[in-house]
Amino acid sequence: MSKLEIRDLHVAVDDTPILKGVDLTVESGQTHAIMGPNGSGKSTLAYSIAGHPKYTVTSGQVLLDGQNVLEMAVDERARAGLFLAMQYPVEVPGVSVSNFLRTAATAVRGEAPKLRTWVKEVNTAMTELEMDKAFAERNVNEGFSGGEKKRHEILQMALLKPKIAILDETDSGLDVDALRVVSEGVNRVRETGIGTLLITHYTRILRYIKPDFVHVFFDGRIVESGGAELANELEAHGYARYGANEPAAVQ
Amino acid sequence: MTALLNKTGSPAERFTSRNPDDFAVPTGREEEWRFSPLRKLRPLFQPFVSQDSFRFETELPAGVTLTMVGRDHELVGTALTPADRVSALAAANVGQVVLVTIAAEAQLSEPVTLRSIGKPGLNYGHFVIDARAFSSATVVMDHLGEATVAANVEVLVGDGANLTLVSVQDWDAEAVHVAAHAARLSRDARYTHIAVNLGGAVVRLNPTVTYAGPGASAELYGLSFAGEGQHQESRLYVDHSVPQCSSHVVYKSVLDGDTSRTVWIGDVRIRPAAVATTTYELNRNLLLTDGARADSVPNLEIETGEIAGAGHASATGRFDDLQLFYLQSRGIPEDEARRLVVRGFFADVINHITVPELHDRLMATIDARLGGTPAGAEEDS
Repeated sequence: MSKLEIRDLHVAVDDTPILKGVDLTVESGQTHAIMGPNGSGKSTLAYSIAGHPKYTVTSGQVLLDGQNVLEMAVDERARAGLFLAMQYPVEVPGVSVSNFLRTAATAVRGEAPKLRTWVKEVNTAMTELEMDKAFAERNVNEGFSGGEKKRHEILQMALLKPKIAILDETDSGLDVDALRVVSEGVNRVRETGIGTLLITHYTRILRYIKPDFVHVFFDGRIVESGGAELANELEAHGYARYGANEPAAVQ
Repeated sequence: MTALLNKTGSPAERFTSRNPDDFAVPTGREEEWRFSPLRKLRPLFQPFVSQDSFRFETELPAGVTLTMVGRDHELVGTALTPADRVSALAAANVGQVVLVTIAAEAQLSEPVTLRSIGKPGLNYGHFVIDARAFSSATVVMDHLGEATVAANVEVLVGDGANLTLVSVQDWDAEAVHVAAHAARLSRDARYTHIAVNLGGAVVRLNPTVTYAGPGASAELYGLSFAGEGQHQESRLYVDHSVPQCSSHVVYKSVLDGDTSRTVWIGDVRIRPAAVATTTYELNRNLLLTDGARADSVPNLEIETGEIAGAGHASATGRFDDLQLFYLQSRGIPEDEARRLVVRGFFADVINHITVPELHDRLMATIDARLGGTPAGAEEDS
């Protein structure tokens, strides 16, 4: 069992406060959806937990199984069991996907995976995500379509087997087919019992990935929490009652 | 000053001459010397008697002959007329010329290796590589040890021939190496020049390409890894004078010392006759420390409206924080992430080296300079 505890988290970007006291606990086996309008700070929460250098934690705590995440370097957080599927994955020219995946798996697992089982493991995971084998020889995220980038993120999640995964707008930019493939990929990893924090603007992805808890994020904090039924309410009424005139359902 | 008569007045026109006295001793104010550390180059500005402080090793596959010839050999001077004082002094005073002939239609599966292992001393060198019609070969000039060298390398790529010349500057720390690499491409010739600058105090290479027939293509790649106190200068000149030819230039530098210095000059000239030319040049420099300096001067001069395509790009920057964040967010420690990024940065140059042992040796040298071998690298070479 693992537990990610976010306690009264305040985060600023260039001295501008973005997160204004976030409290949330995600445990193994649970899926939490964070929903909110644009600019509410959802992505800031994701990046802050992962340790993005642009974000400054001004107060509060993030604990993974009691360990202080905020004192860890970015790579230490990943090795401790946190994973962030990014909304905008970064291109790394000249570094092949296969080399990147193996280097990451070696770092997270603490030893190089045995080559034969590793190749099989990667091939299986890629097949499940309906990715062509030639993909492994391409450079990380270079020239990837939106759908390819998201599949690649979930491929990493499947191979790195985190304790807690944070999915930042994983549904953005995906057509229906890609959304299904990516969601099924996420569900396969979820079934292994990890904790999942799913950040999304739209309710669309929640048809594929069923949350146990839904939190509405607004102006840098969680303003309402509930079960899956809260998503239905947002689907019907959007974010109007939180003061943002944005729909949560795809129009 | 007979060579002056050849001048057209264009800034891209080079002054060339076989007479060293036509070139004044550089002061450092000249455009072609202003980036260079003249103090270390000064011994090369006056004539000397070459001390030949080299051990010369060769690997010559079938189809290749190597002979030592005099300066008066008919091929000497066919691709190269000196464009600076150091080159002119070397051409005028070198004792012997190494002539490497690749037989017509020979298809070499193994590389030709010309390995120079230096000891301290002043040296002149002159090579002529004659790749005859429809031959296909890779020539590796490997420079090791320590020496002070002024050299000229002439490359003749015959009709339909395909020649790759890899020049590896893997010198010990104190070496000084100034060389002109002049290639003359015949009809439909393909030429790939790859300069790898790793060692030495000063390495200053002038790769030039001229075209003697239509349909020829040149690819010029360069990798410089300048550490503390190293100066690595690449001065390219591609002279398009006939139709339907192409040139493609990719030079990349990494600077990892406070006093590291790289210079890249990319001159491309497309003369009026050179219609349907395609040319592109790219220079990227990655600064890993604060004091390092990379100069980058692309210069494209187009004298005909009927080119197929021409462009250049140059950028100098630091590590991309987002790339490092992304790699680290997957558990990869920062130092390893940096190595991955640098390896990736060099990949589109070094992957053109198709000699496996050399490719692996150079990657190992680069990895060692970066402080280790990335895990998982073994399957990606």
